[in-house]
Amino acid sequence: MVDVLIGAQSVTKRFPGVLATNQVSIELKPGRILALLGENGAGKSTLVNMLFGMYRPDEGSVIIKDEVVNLQGPSDAIRRGIGMVHQHFQLVPPMSVVENIVLGAEPKKLGLVDLPEARKRVLELVTRFSLDVDPDALVEELPVGTQQRVEILKALYRNAEVLILDEPTAVLTPQETDHLLQVLRDLTTRGVGVVFITHKLREVLAIADDIVVLRNGQVVGTTTPSASSETALAEMMVGRSVLLRVDKTISQPGEVVLEVRNLEVDDDRSQRAVNNLSLKVRKGEILGIAGVEGNGQRELVEAITGLRASEAGEILISARAVTNTSPRKIASLGVGHIPEDREKHGVIGVYSVEENAMINRYHRKPFSLRGLLQRKAITSHAKEVVNEFDVRTPRLDTAVATLSGGNKQKLIVGREFSGEIKFLIAAQPTRGIDIGAIEFIHRSIVKKRDEGAAVLLVSAELDEIIGLADRIAVLFEGKIVATLDAAEADREQIGLLMAGVGVS
Amino acid sequence: MNKKLFRSCVTPVAAVALGLIIGAILIASQGSSPITAYQAMLVGGLRDSDALLRTFQKATPLIFGGLAVAFAFKAGLFNIGGQGQLLIGAVFAAGVGFGLDGLPMVIHLPLALIAGGLAAAIWGGIAGALKATSGAHEVIVTIMLNFVAGNLTDWLSSSPWKDNSGDRIIARTPPIEPSAEIPTWGALPVGFLLAILVAIMCWFVLERTTFGFQVKSVGFNKDAARYSGIRIGVITASTMAISGMLAGFGGAVESLGVDGRFEAGVNVGLGFEGITIALLARANPIAVIPAGLLVGLMQAGASRMQFKADVAPEIIDVIQALILFFVAAPTILRWILRFQNQTDEDLKLGVGWGSK
Ligand SMILES: Nc1ncnc2c1ncn2[C@@H]1O[C@H](COP(=O)(O)OP(=O)(O)OP(=O)(O)O)[C@@H](O)[C@H]1O
Ligand SMILES: [Mg+2]
Repeated sequence: MVDVLIGAQSVTKRFPGVLATNQVSIELKPGRILALLGENGAGKSTLVNMLFGMYRPDEGSVIIKDEVVNLQGPSDAIRRGIGMVHQHFQLVPPMSVVENIVLGAEPKKLGLVDLPEARKRVLELVTRFSLDVDPDALVEELPVGTQQRVEILKALYRNAEVLILDEPTAVLTPQETDHLLQVLRDLTTRGVGVVFITHKLREVLAIADDIVVLRNGQVVGTTTPSASSETALAEMMVGRSVLLRVDKTISQPGEVVLEVRNLEVDDDRSQRAVNNLSLKVRKGEILGIAGVEGNGQRELVEAITGLRASEAGEILISARAVTNTSPRKIASLGVGHIPEDREKHGVIGVYSVEENAMINRYHRKPFSLRGLLQRKAITSHAKEVVNEFDVRTPRLDTAVATLSGGNKQKLIVGREFSGEIKFLIAAQPTRGIDIGAIEFIHRSIVKKRDEGAAVLLVSAELDEIIGLADRIAVLFEGKIVATLDAAEADREQIGLLMAGVGVS
Repeated sequence: MNKKLFRSCVTPVAAVALGLIIGAILIASQGSSPITAYQAMLVGGLRDSDALLRTFQKATPLIFGGLAVAFAFKAGLFNIGGQGQLLIGAVFAAGVGFGLDGLPMVIHLPLALIAGGLAAAIWGGIAGALKATSGAHEVIVTIMLNFVAGNLTDWLSSSPWKDNSGDRIIARTPPIEPSAEIPTWGALPVGFLLAILVAIMCWFVLERTTFGFQVKSVGFNKDAARYSGIRIGVITASTMAISGMLAGFGGAVESLGVDGRFEAGVNVGLGFEGITIALLARANPIAVIPAGLLVGLMQAGASRMQFKADVAPEIIDVIQALILFFVAAPTILRWILRFQNQTDEDLKLGVGWGSK
C-alpha cells in the first residue's frame, strides 16, 4: 500500500530574480484532496509544475508513490500515473471527444487507430467515473465545463492515480464548479488523489481534506477545513485581515454614458448571442451584468468595445454613436476595458511588463512622440502601475509571460485604470486573483465610480456582482430579463432569473 | 544582457559549425582535403581587395533579402516572395538606370534605387493587401507572384526594354547610364554600405518607433493587438510592402552596382537565400549583417575552392542547406549537442507560420 502518492521534499526553484518556491514540502495520500492556497505569485503553479515534470527543482526532490523520482518531463510524469489539467486546455477543438482522449495513446489494430475500440474504452471510463460526456461530440462544440471533463478523462485514460488541477474553477460557472467538485470527490473514493489550486476559499472548505498555504514561495501554514474558516484562511494567505465585503456609499448617478439600444450580436458560429438588448449605464454608477456564462456576455462586451461587429441596433457612448467603429476610436472616448480573456486580449506575453503597461495607449503622448517610443515615460508609467497595483515582478523588463496568472491580471487592471476613464468595462476583473488583491481591485472600481466614471461590470461571480453593483441586470439567452436595484436584490431570486426561471 | 546575447548566438553558431563539419566530411568523401578546400574558400573570399570586394558584393543582396524576410517575420508574416520582389526591383532600377539620361548622379542614382524599391514595395504590398482584405495566405500569394514577376521581367527584358545592340540573343536591358551606377570605394561597394545602413534603419524602426511596436504586436499576439486598437490589416499590408521594398533594394543594387543592367536569368534563386539569412540571424536585423557576410564569403570563395581543391562549388549550396536545416530545426541541433532547453527564444520565430 502506497503511503505518499505524490509529494515534494524541500523543493526550491529559482527563476531569474525570483525565488519561486523555497524549501517547500507537501504530501498527498491516496484518496485525499490537497488544496493549495496562496497569494498571486506565491509559487503554487511552479510547485505543481515541478510535480508534473515541467520544471526541475533546483534543490529538493519530488516523490511519487514513496519513491524519490527525477522527472524527465511531463511524459515521464504521465507514465508514472500523474495527470494534470491545465487552465488552458490542451485539446484539439475540431476533433471528437474520443479522438481527443486517446490522442497519443491510441489503441491500434494492424497499425491503424482502432476507433471502435477507443470508443469502447472511453465509454467504460465515462460510466465507471460517472463523468457525463458525449464521446462523439466535437470538442469545439462543448461548453468549458465539459471540455474540462474531457481533460480529466484524458488523464484517467492514461491511468492517472493523481490528478493535478491548476485553478480549474476559474473559468467555470457555479453549476459547473459544483459538478467538478462532485467528480473530484467521486474520484477519491476510487483511490485517486487530487492536488488542486484555487483562490476561492469556499471551494477549499467544501472539498479539501488538507490545506497548504503558500506565501512568497514558502509554506506558511497547513490546516484542514474543520479547523479553519474563510476569514482565517484569508488571513493566513495575505498575512493581514481581509475585508471580504466591499464598503461603499450609495451611488449618485448622473447623465447616461453608455446607451445600448436593441442590440443584436452574433457569436463565432453566427448564432444570435445578444438579442434585442437595451441598457443604460450612468455616470457614477456600477451596472452589474449577472448571468450564467455563455448567455451573451462576451459578445455584448466585444460589441461595445469594437472587437465584434453588431448586426443591428445602436451603441452610444457619451451620446456619440459608436456602433461598429474601431476599438481605437472607442478607447479614445475614455473607455477602459478589462478583457475577459487575459491571455488572448489582455497581454502580449513576450513583451515586457513595461510595454504591456501601456499597450492600450502606446500611440499617445507621453509614450509616443513624433512616431518614436519614449522609453523614459514608458518606464516611469510602468513603475507607477506596478507599485500601485502590487504587481509582483522581478523587474520592469521581465517578459509578462513569466508572471503568475494573477499578477498578469493585476497588471491589466492597473493599466486600464491608469488613464482618464469615463467609462469602464470590467469583464471578470478578479478572475484568478487572490483575495487580498480582490479587495484592492474592488475598492479601485468603487473609487472610479465615485470619481464619476460609469462602470459596466460583467462577472460570473454572483457575490462580486451583488457586492459591487448599484444596479443589476440579469442576462439570459442574450436578453436582459430583469433589472434590479442592488439594495433590494436577493441572491435566490437572481439565481432563479439567471437560470431562466420565471422568464416569459 | 550579455548572457542573453550569448544564448541567442548558440543555435546559429552551432548550426554553422555543424554545416561546415558535415560539409568537410562530404568533401573528404570525394577524395579532396577539406582543410585545403576551406582554406581556399577563405583565401578566395578574404585575401586581397578583389576577394573582399567579391565577398561584399555577394553579401549585399543576401543582406537585403534577409532583412526582407526578417522584417515580415516580426509581424508574423512569411514572405517567400523575395525572389519576385528582387526581380521587380532589379528590372525597374535598371529601367530607370538606362531609360533616363543627362541627369546628374545625385539625382539619377537615388531615383533608380527608389524606382526599384518602390516597384518591389508594390509587389510585396499586393500580397499584404490581399491578406488584409480577403485573408489569402501570404505564402501562397507570394509564391505565385514569384512566377508572375519572373515572366514579367523576362518579357520586359526581351521585348520593350530589350537591348537591341550587339548580337541580340540575350534577353537583357541596355547598360545603365554611368550616372546611375553605384560606385565602389576600393574594396568597398557602396551598395554594401547601403545594406548596412538599411539594416540599422530596420532595427531602429522595429525597436524604437511606434510603427515598429505595432508590427511586433501583430506578430506576437494578433488578438491583443486588435484589442489595443492596432489596425491589423493596415499593418499587414504595410509590413509586406516594406518587406518587398527591402528585397527590391537587393535587386536594384545588383542591377546598378554589379551587373550594370538587368539580364533575365542572372538573379534566379538569389531571392530565396534571404530565408536562410533571416533564420540564421534569428530575424534580428543587425544579425542579418554577419549572417549575410558569412554566406557571402562562402559564395565568394567557392570558385577558388573548386580550382584549388577540386571541389564542386555546389558543395557551398549543400553547406548552406545544412545550415538552414539546423537553424530551422533547433530541436535536432539541441539533441545532437545536448544543450539545455532554451525555449522562448526559439518559439518567437515560430509565431505566425500557421494559417491564421
Ligand atoms: N517561467 C518563469 N520564468 C520566470 N519567472 C517565473 C516563471 N514562472 C513563474 N515565475 C515567477 O515565479 C513566481 C511564482 O509564480 P507562480 O506562477 O508559481 O505563482 P502562483 O502562486 O501560481 O500565482 P497565481 O495565483 O497568480 O497563479 C512569480 O514571481 C513568477 O513571476
Ligand atoms: Mg498560478
